Amino acid sequence: MARTYKVYSIENGTVIDHIPTPLALKVIRILGLGNEGIMTIGIGFNSEKHPRGKDILKIENRELSHEETNKIALIAPDATINIIKNGKVEEKRQITLPSEVRDILSCPNPNCATNKLGAGKRFLLENKDTVTYRCVYCERATVVNADMLTPK
Amino acid sequence: MVSFRGRNIVSIRDMSHNDLTKVVETTELVKRGESSGFLKGKTIATLFFEPSTRTRLSFESAVLKSGGSVFGIANPKASSESKGESFADSIRTVSGYCDVIVIRHPVEGAARMASELSSTPVINAGDGANQHPTQTFLDLFTMKESFGRLDNLKIGMMGDLKYGRTVHSLANALAMFSNELIFISPPSLQMPGHILKELDDGNIRYRNIADLEEAGDYDLDILYVTRIQKERFGDPQEYEKVAGIYRITQETINMLGKDIRVMHPLPRVDEIAEEVDSMPNAIYFTQAHNGIPTRQALLGLVTGGLD
Repeated sequence: MARTYKVYSIENGTVIDHIPTPLALKVIRILGLGNEGIMTIGIGFNSEKHPRGKDILKIENRELSHEETNKIALIAPDATINIIKNGKVEEKRQITLPSEVRDILSCPNPNCATNKLGAGKRFLLENKDTVTYRCVYCERATVVNADMLTPK
Repeated sequence: MVSFRGRNIVSIRDMSHNDLTKVVETTELVKRGESSGFLKGKTIATLFFEPSTRTRLSFESAVLKSGGSVFGIANPKASSESKGESFADSIRTVSGYCDVIVIRHPVEGAARMASELSSTPVINAGDGANQHPTQTFLDLFTMKESFGRLDNLKIGMMGDLKYGRTVHSLANALAMFSNELIFISPPSLQMPGHILKELDDGNIRYRNIADLEEAGDYDLDILYVTRIQKERFGDPQEYEKVAGIYRITQETINMLGKDIRVMHPLPRVDEIAEEVDSMPNAIYFTQAHNGIPTRQALLGLVTGGLD
């Protein structure tokens, strides 16, 4: 049975749709969002693209930059972005993987300078098809997964 | 023209084909004795946060032969790091005392981090299992010295190709030239997929084989031997079996071809029999000695004493 989404539409802000369930909270973490006004999170909607369901995130009164939304591609490459202004979709945005990522991912190598000596966390894109990034310090390449997200 | 003045030597990944050629050519000049005294007035710090007598002595010898002076730590227990000073503070401080920092550290990425903190160039003398670029430079120089070229060579790499950082960096470097690579190792210690992917991307011809005798079919110019470490095997009997198969003797050399050159980053245990040492094919001691002119050249280039 079809059912109406029970996520309120917003007047101004950013809507992130097609996040695979249950990654909505991780997307919030990647974006570094905290006390920035009203955010609505919907988890586990039916989705043709995502058999385990999709999450939706609506951030009110905040238009995310391209740099910010591209970070979402690290864990949800199929997510779509709508920028809403005055109740209308102002921009439909595709996301692409950032060529460099700072402070978001942790290197899984325990003997890496980022984990042992306090070097800043930096990765460079190695392969966009497999979402593989290479640590600038220990130079190991890793396929990104949600476990690599740095805790806030 | 490639200039190295003020540059850090951290990883072979930072190097281009022209960079590698430049270092090899400069090493040739130094070895021929056409450049001397180019480190006069320069002070080099050797910071060895893990012991490595051979590499440290080779750097110190390179400095002294080029007219520079050298100080440093050879033992991490003697450093203020053991008193709780952070690595970052140690590097910032020492970089004000010298013209180049040579660093060895057990943590992977320590040299990269040091290069970002230091006001003077940093040369990586080994960071954990990651990089040891000066070894790669001396390997390339030794190949060029033996064959007069760095391309169109058939190079076999044998032993622990999975964990050996030397062979990873060397494969990356040789991929910048047009060579054919034959990887000879037990199936459990094969060259990792990410290195093979890089070779594929560079259209480099390579082959994985497990049988040393099969290498005889390839008419190799060079066999680069590395040690297979016992601790990689859970079962000591399995190690003995593998170690016995991948062992170079006079007989193996004759089977591989009388003109083949045998290299090894040293130290060796028993993967090359001592009877091979006296054969003209054995160039591993020359290779080790080439560490001096190679490190002289690198120090000269980053300080601007050599151009």
